[in-house]
Amino acid sequence: MKKDRREFINTCFRFAAGASIVGVAGVLASKSVKGDYLWQLDPTKCTQCGRCATSCVVTPSAVKCIHVYDMCGYCDLCGGYFRPNVKNLSTGAENMLCPTGAIKRTYVEDPYFKYEIIEELCNGCGKCVKGCGAFGNGSLQLQVNHDLCVNCNECAIARDCPSDAFKRVPLEEAYQFAGFKTNKKI
Amino acid sequence: MKKIFSIFSLILLSIVDFVAFAQTQRFPRPEFESGYTQPVTSMPEPRAGIFALVDVLLLIAALSLITWFIHKKRSRTGVVVTSLFSLVYFGFLREGCVCSVGSVQNVVLALFNPGYHIPLSALAFFVIPLVYTLFFGRTFCAGVCPLGAVQDVFLLRPVSLKKWLQKVLGLIPWIYLGLAILYAATGTDFIICRYDPFVGIFRFNATFFMFAIGAAFLLISVFIARPYCRFLCPYGVILNLVSRVSKKHLTITPASCIQCKLCENSCPLDAINKPVEVKQMEDKRSATRRFILLGMIIPALMIIGGWVVSNFHENLAMVNSKVRLANELLHFDSNTMEESLEIEGFRTSGKTNEELYLESATILKQFYYGSWMLGAFVGLVFGLSLAGLTRYKYREDYEPDKGECVSCARCLKYCPVEK
Repeated sequence: MKKDRREFINTCFRFAAGASIVGVAGVLASKSVKGDYLWQLDPTKCTQCGRCATSCVVTPSAVKCIHVYDMCGYCDLCGGYFRPNVKNLSTGAENMLCPTGAIKRTYVEDPYFKYEIIEELCNGCGKCVKGCGAFGNGSLQLQVNHDLCVNCNECAIARDCPSDAFKRVPLEEAYQFAGFKTNKKI
Repeated sequence: MKKIFSIFSLILLSIVDFVAFAQTQRFPRPEFESGYTQPVTSMPEPRAGIFALVDVLLLIAALSLITWFIHKKRSRTGVVVTSLFSLVYFGFLREGCVCSVGSVQNVVLALFNPGYHIPLSALAFFVIPLVYTLFFGRTFCAGVCPLGAVQDVFLLRPVSLKKWLQKVLGLIPWIYLGLAILYAATGTDFIICRYDPFVGIFRFNATFFMFAIGAAFLLISVFIARPYCRFLCPYGVILNLVSRVSKKHLTITPASCIQCKLCENSCPLDAINKPVEVKQMEDKRSATRRFILLGMIIPALMIIGGWVVSNFHENLAMVNSKVRLANELLHFDSNTMEESLEIEGFRTSGKTNEELYLESATILKQFYYGSWMLGAFVGLVFGLSLAGLTRYKYREDYEPDKGECVSCARCLKYCPVEK
């Protein structure tokens, strides 16, 4: 008799638990999305503070500088490549802005130069991005490289980002290049 | 007047447009004559969406397999094999994200924040282990959860803890769960993920802090079985509750218990309940008095808890980056202090201080109510655990505690009874 009663109470609780699990799942399934979300940063909000290089759980950071070639002016005096007030425009290490030497400068034709990012060396500090944005077209942009990103449930850089530039994006919008600078507040 | 205004605004707009246009064209792309071909902008592909489905299917497969091993085959070896598989796949290959433990926060965020849509895989990782637990007990904990599996393989010299210590430490996960819900609901942070001790080990890559707590937990788990599962895991306490009313559960003996006491000390988690003889009936008056006392103590604990925690709501809210920024701006003095990166970032965003203060005031208010609820919740848990201690339960045989037992199946081979 006593055992039956305990059994009955257990069954009641079981059904209640089952119903609440199904309920929560049902409510959430109606507003869920199929694919995973990815973390990406919005270059229009980014202030190149340098925390992408240090906050990422992956070392070196999964955030890299990506060169949007369509926007590049192929300048000889590249604001992303050279330090400000540089004496001579050569590939000497003392002239370079990049702390890891991750930008490769090659001559194309007079007076144009091509700049490529060597991904293995880039640590995502954003110094070149700042330089290019200040003096050039802004064709160098920081982005999360999705083959390196481990897609943490909560991005460690997003937590530390001072300009709230990190957000979850759907799979189809994995990269968020800022094509024009019109939407940036000056 | 209206017309003039519209013309004026049109002119203004075109000027603005022109400025913007001029800026993008600061150095227009040159027309190359040497036949230069431009490299392609690199955009490495993310992991395809189909793999999220593979994860869920593998979760179901692993859960079914381990449940079969525990309930039908009654084999500890099978449990070990499955846990090694999940350790390799869900741990090292998938690098520990997304896991069921962390998915609690995704669920809470989705419930409280209409703007956030939970990925189906995260929802599946939350719900499927719960459903299995409702039917078969905590088979998920036994060896599908990579966090449990990594501690289980390190368990070499189990020592048993004092009962009172277990009860006290067992309250921590509730507080942790409450905090995690508070922070996830306010969209502040996912603290379970942030302080996940093992994810750094799964990735072979983490900050020193992450490695240090991971290594500490693994060291402890050599002696104390599953310290994270028992004394911290917030998902574990949900499974604990669900498992108490599970339809089936692992039994130590395949037939009927002969009370040989061989299994008595076999459980490293101290989750085996010993037989309790029928005690003499308690006299009615003291039982009633105890009942009334408990009935008063639980609401009192809830109110005290709520009041105490709500006093700290501002401290709790300081984890939120917006509240922190507002606080920093409020105390910012441009003469003596240098602008922090946060303030600099805020200035470029173009928002006004008032907007930020309003926003952070709303968040503070959420934290105020949230901390009342958190305190009341913790008080309720304390009260109910107290009530549980006074409860007298008659038992004939050696049985696993349905809530605490993680179905690791270690006790099975101690039982001499044949089927």
